[in-house]
Amino acid sequence: MHINRVNTHIMPIRFEYHAPASLDEAVELLERYGKEAKILAGGTDLIPQIKQRQTEPRHVINIKGIPELARIKETDGGIGIGALARLRAIELSPLMNEKLPLMVEAAKTVGSVQIRNRATIGGNICNASPSADMATPLMALDAEVHVYGKGGARTYPIGEFFLGRGEVKLDPGEMLTGMTVPLPPEGAGSAFEKVGWTTFDIATVNVAAVVTLKGGRIDLCRVALGACSPAPIRVAQAEEALKGKKPTDEVLSESAAYVSACVEPRERWRRAPPEYRRRTSKALAMDAVSRAVEAAGR
Amino acid sequence: MKIELTINGKRRRFDVEANKLLLNLIRDEMHLTGTKYGCGIGECGACTVHLNGEAVLSCMVLAVDADGGCVDTIEGVADGGQLDPIQAAYLEEGAVQCGFCTPGFIMSTKALLRENPEPTEDEIREYLKGNRCRCTGYVNIVKAVQSAAKKIGG
Repeated sequence: MHINRVNTHIMPIRFEYHAPASLDEAVELLERYGKEAKILAGGTDLIPQIKQRQTEPRHVINIKGIPELARIKETDGGIGIGALARLRAIELSPLMNEKLPLMVEAAKTVGSVQIRNRATIGGNICNASPSADMATPLMALDAEVHVYGKGGARTYPIGEFFLGRGEVKLDPGEMLTGMTVPLPPEGAGSAFEKVGWTTFDIATVNVAAVVTLKGGRIDLCRVALGACSPAPIRVAQAEEALKGKKPTDEVLSESAAYVSACVEPRERWRRAPPEYRRRTSKALAMDAVSRAVEAAGR
Repeated sequence: MKIELTINGKRRRFDVEANKLLLNLIRDEMHLTGTKYGCGIGECGACTVHLNGEAVLSCMVLAVDADGGCVDTIEGVADGGQLDPIQAAYLEEGAVQCGFCTPGFIMSTKALLRENPEPTEDEIREYLKGNRCRCTGYVNIVKAVQSAAKKIGG
């Protein structure tokens, strides 16, 4: 951890500030300033990044003046969540609690109340930290992301959005506008597990699971792993190992071993060594799947 | 850039640089030094204020981003010489040691009790986990929140 590596009392750079009132205006600014521009949503990542000189934008584009981007609403394809939906709004939304408890569970683990009052889901996934806590459940829920740019709107699966550490699939001049999360089938159970240094730290490992049961056997099954590779991933082999089986300890353990095998060690991993992540991801995968099984209707 | 803020109920105009932090506006221009600068990266909660009624970290908010909003700081909590029940409870329970974290804790407690007037100990600890007390006086802080909840409710 590098607390106060630099003076975090002030913003060390000057920038031009823009507050567009519409999506088209925002996209025009993005187009005009390209790599010199950064989007400001909640600011809970961007401001500390600027303070620590990890990024030095010449233009800051505050998109909070585009109100339609903050909505959470039921749509044909599931639940539509705007990029500006704050994590605290997700946590407190009756619709999210009823339909997507996995997202609520994950949102509650992010930072503190003060952070969640500002932090947005769009910021969480656009920063593309491998440990982003909203990314892993979105992967397990098969969400789609919506982006908008000069060339119009595009939609694609969340799995294609993450290109790697800090990289997302956005063309120059494009921005994320929101996502659609399809509703899991009736009776599905889900769970999110996370380990960090403290209870409000970012994840060292996180796992999300969604399952349904049919006659005591696992039917649909999705397992996603975060913070252990350049981007969060779905673990198809772990899912295959569970399908059609009774959720016994042996089956869970065999499946979780595939999760642990996906840990891709990085040369400099400050937070935890590879072996820690391998063991922890296995334990968290077993916990997540068994809690999801418990929550699933039989 | 010209902005307008309502700070502790008073409407004020400012001319600020785009990179000015709300915390520095409050401390350096308003001279309201109750709100503290701690870690600067969202770990400690010492700079907690209310922005439009919600607890936020003023060291991570640009002043221009708060334009048009209502900011409440620790200085606006007491009603003249009359302490807020939360402030009184912190004093009575000995929940203040060096005092550096106290303004942040009180602003978070205010937000907590507004949302949840009868929190359990677990709920208190969960809600206040973004505020750190380096004297580690958490036991008395939790007691103070419980006592304040009783005072306000009872």
